[in-house]
Amino acid sequence: MLFKMIQLIINGQLHHFDATLSVAQLLESMTLMNKRIAIERNGQIVPRSEFGEQTLVDGDQLEIVIAVGGG
Amino acid sequence: MDTLNISDKAYSSRLLVGTGKYKDLTQTREAIDASGAQIITIAVRRTNIGQSPDEPNLLDLLPPSQYTLLPNTAGCFTADEAIRTLHLARELLDGHSLVKLEVLGDLKTLYPNIVETIKAAKILVKEGFHLMVYTSDDPIVAKQLEDIGCVAIMPLASLIGSGMGILNPWNLQIIINNAKVPVIVDAGVGTASDATISMELGCDGVLMNTAIAAAKNPVLMASAMRKAVRAGREAFLAGRMTKQPYNASPSSPINNIIASSKNKAA
Repeated sequence: MLFKMIQLIINGQLHHFDATLSVAQLLESMTLMNKRIAIERNGQIVPRSEFGEQTLVDGDQLEIVIAVGGG
Repeated sequence: MDTLNISDKAYSSRLLVGTGKYKDLTQTREAIDASGAQIITIAVRRTNIGQSPDEPNLLDLLPPSQYTLLPNTAGCFTADEAIRTLHLARELLDGHSLVKLEVLGDLKTLYPNIVETIKAAKILVKEGFHLMVYTSDDPIVAKQLEDIGCVAIMPLASLIGSGMGILNPWNLQIIINNAKVPVIVDAGVGTASDATISMELGCDGVLMNTAIAAAKNPVLMASAMRKAVRAGREAFLAGRMTKQPYNASPSSPINNIIASSKNKAA
């Protein structure tokens, strides 16, 4: 039996998923869907409007950021 | 009305504050309110995956509808890192393009890397960002950044977080004299008089974080800073008296002084 597992590097950490998933599905799984975040995928910004459309594949590197206090 | 004008928007407050180093979000909000600041800086950082979804978010407490949020590129050491950070920041704030560019040279001094700053500025201005740029007090660099199209020049008074005040008011004065865009002192302010001196020199504003957050009573210091910037600005607009180092000039009339017991003649 073969199943397609994918590896994503999210904020510098390795994560495994059973199948490819959309950005929106990823955020839902991490309870980040309703938070103010921004995402960079392999060096490119993922616009909010494309969260449902972009499908993550094996080896994708994501940065998911928020605003924090700073000078 | 005397306003701070940055890329077509007028601000009544000339005090800009950072949101870092506070005890908690409540203190952050109280200090910012006491300061009267309208422009506040924020940083962009990775979110913790799997953290409590109910944790209050900075943007909930300091909403973009009430404040002008200025995302910074703190922690960036190359032009590429700063550019990526600002792309993320622009997405985070729904296309907001007024940002603070800082590209640092080393971790110990946090002194700006001018070569990388200029490289980043050229690219970011072309992409439509309105850059308020952290720089050294080198007057030539300040002018170059202005010529590239930065909307405000932000020279350091002294090292970030050092509280050392204005180390080179002469250079700062040269920068102010040469600039056609706002000059905002950023970094090194320690106490109220530092802010007042900046404004007396003719700065358009002062940006500070540690001076308030690391004070023993941050909310009181924020209130002091609000007044300090206001006092310095009014003194500047009032036009100070000339300095006379070698000759006194009495404030009371020199005639009609009563006779002393020695000189009886009028």
